[in-house]
Amino acid sequence: MKFLDEFRNSDLTGKYLQAIKATIRQPWTIMEICGGQTHSILKYGLDQMLPDEITLLHGPGCPVCVTPIELIDMAIGIAGQPNVILCTFGDMMRVPGSDGNLLDARARGNDIRMVYSPLESLKIAENNPDKRIVFFGIGFETTAPTTALALKKAKKNRFDNYFVLSAHVRVPPAIELILSSPENRVQAFLAAGHVCTVMGYREYIPIAENFHVPIVVTGFEPVDILQGICMAINQLERGAAAVENQYSRVVSENGNSMARKLIDEVFETTSRKWRGIGEIAGGGLSIKPDYAAYDAARVFGPVVAKVEESPRCLSGKVLRGLIKPPECPAFAVDCSPANPLGAPMVSAEGACAAYYNYSISRQGPIGG
Amino acid sequence: MCLAVPGRIIEIAGADIERTAKVEFGGVVKQISLAVLPEACPGDYVIVHAGVAISRINEDEAKRVFKFMEQAAAANDESLSKDEISG
Amino acid sequence: MKKQPDNRAVPMSAPACPVPPTNYENILLAHGGGGKLTADLIEKLFLPAFGDPALDERHDGAEINIGRIRLAMTTDSFVVTPLFFPGGDIGRLAVYGTLNDLAMCGARPLFLSAAFIIEEGLPLKTVHQVADSMGKAAKSSGIRLITGDTKVIERKSGNDLFVTTTGIGIIEHGLKISPQSIMKGDKIILSGDIGRHGIAVMACREGFEFETTIESDCAPLWNQVEIMLRENIEIHCLRDLTRGGLATALVEIAETSGLRLEIEESLIPVSDQVAGACEILGLDPLYVANEGRFICFVPEKQAGAAIGLLRQSAPNAAIIGQATDTPKKDYSNIRVVMKTPLGTSRIIDRITGDQLPRIC
Repeated sequence: MKFLDEFRNSDLTGKYLQAIKATIRQPWTIMEICGGQTHSILKYGLDQMLPDEITLLHGPGCPVCVTPIELIDMAIGIAGQPNVILCTFGDMMRVPGSDGNLLDARARGNDIRMVYSPLESLKIAENNPDKRIVFFGIGFETTAPTTALALKKAKKNRFDNYFVLSAHVRVPPAIELILSSPENRVQAFLAAGHVCTVMGYREYIPIAENFHVPIVVTGFEPVDILQGICMAINQLERGAAAVENQYSRVVSENGNSMARKLIDEVFETTSRKWRGIGEIAGGGLSIKPDYAAYDAARVFGPVVAKVEESPRCLSGKVLRGLIKPPECPAFAVDCSPANPLGAPMVSAEGACAAYYNYSISRQGPIGG
Repeated sequence: MCLAVPGRIIEIAGADIERTAKVEFGGVVKQISLAVLPEACPGDYVIVHAGVAISRINEDEAKRVFKFMEQAAAANDESLSKDEISG
Repeated sequence: MKKQPDNRAVPMSAPACPVPPTNYENILLAHGGGGKLTADLIEKLFLPAFGDPALDERHDGAEINIGRIRLAMTTDSFVVTPLFFPGGDIGRLAVYGTLNDLAMCGARPLFLSAAFIIEEGLPLKTVHQVADSMGKAAKSSGIRLITGDTKVIERKSGNDLFVTTTGIGIIEHGLKISPQSIMKGDKIILSGDIGRHGIAVMACREGFEFETTIESDCAPLWNQVEIMLRENIEIHCLRDLTRGGLATALVEIAETSGLRLEIEESLIPVSDQVAGACEILGLDPLYVANEGRFICFVPEKQAGAAIGLLRQSAPNAAIIGQATDTPKKDYSNIRVVMKTPLGTSRIIDRITGDQLPRIC
């Protein structure tokens, strides 16, 4: 496939690796923000290829992992109400709520459907006028415009049986939180390429300056990630701290202005609890009053969630890059994709799942 | 976050928020929304996420990744400058 | 106290608790998905309940010896929805699926039985189409469908039809085709490109609306096996790829044989259509279901001949790896390892439940 295969080329990755080795003089710690990047790193074994001086930490860029347990419980509660069809991305189906997940809820007979796009859930609303269709809107700023588009179309066409439960989250506040923490070890970031495709990278410039960290907007294929790391190492060795754009074939400084306009029309910034991390000011997107009639949170009212997180789940530390999944005592012992203690072991992008599924060194704390 | 896949626009229909395209991904064609990409034309390559095209792919920028490698190979330099690395 | 990794290091002969150690109270769809939960259900619930050595072979069919005659017997249920999909239907699946399980024992399929559970309200026309399809599939395969049963159950959705087929075949060679016959150094051959059936059915069922029609690869496999047997290829093991895909088949065989399997990603054929669909949906083709593909394990010195024979009817057939020893200490419980196109390695294991499309 064009624009994919070339960026998986082994000659090219070999050459970028040489460039990294030629440039690096001392140990550095880099965090890739996006779960998709983590997935790619482990699937292709890029971590095996990098010199030991580079420590890769895995960031909180997995919207599935950080969706608060209260919202999952709420989605399950809504799905249990009469005449409701809950639509969700496949990603959310196995994430544990307080009492089971959406897959369990579907097994109990609730109408829960997987969709590839929020626009499909809109079609379901159109074809089922006697039902209430609720779309579980998860994702970062990449996905927010697609949800916003569905809401705008719902309003335009007066699909009054269509609702969205917004769990959208924003990246920049999370980066600032990580950098502000006294435990922070991150010295450079690979920023999320597809989030920046929509938002551009202007928001990252003051962060790079204020915290003096290089931020390289990076793509997802092996060549992209290695070039991104190469650019970050180069800055680190020179003592620079700027925002650079590796993913320039798709990302521009201002991003997609139409998509950003759509987001602004439908959503407003709000404080949001990130699962495992805590409340992040400005960390979420909620639906504006203009679209209140379509806001599932308002319409279906607060659902009382008995919130029970496993005290043994260290996902908060994993998401902030403080530990790696195999360093967690529960990893591959009591916590696995079949029996997850928390979200990062379940999400396709979760760091814990990526290590479990791909990494040849996934033995966990008890060794081989 | 965020699985987005490159595809080529074959055909376009509709306008504004109803604008859609048939996009080819490898061997498969799917209907995709162009609501946030008004400048996209047939033949363009786009990046698609959750059924919506979010950006066009700039072929020249894509090629820079490969150009860098040619420079680096020719130079065979120990310490690479910033410009060289970013292509 | 030493902690056990999840279910990984529990030896087969350990005393089994009568209550299956699972966190699930009820059956989930994933218990039928061919992945980890299915394995758990079989290992911890059914096998202990039935306690027959034939079942311990964990192969697609069972061998029956009557005097000098070697027969093979297998059974399978078909519950696919939708009933009709591009490239096939439940009837064709039900016939080929069971015949293929016999072929995977190295048995020439002879007879089939078919049992139907039909939901009240299903149009007769639908039943007719399915029966027709089964008749055609049976005839074209040269087997006889000789007995059957029909039950009707109360209306639920007016859509459902379930078919169970049981097959009997005859083993006319002297080989013992089973995972236990695999030897270190054997080459792994894949009979064609992967992932068509799963994508075809998923696209149809979930309404993913691809404009290009991807067709199931539903097909009979005996002819390809027969050619190899006739040309004296010493086949050690055969396994058709169904739910759970190539990856799951490899893991199951690795576990039963006690060997490690090494494969190379760049050698695995995937069609452009399936690759494109998998990219969009975020699926790994290695885990997508197939209905007309198999893997076979042959001695290294015969691999060239075997692949030549297969390519006569399947140009995409490929040698994808080999069986080796399991390392004694490091990573000893990792059964299948895949070399990526970049030269690095990653593990291949069962996945929990069905692979789900994703946007993240």
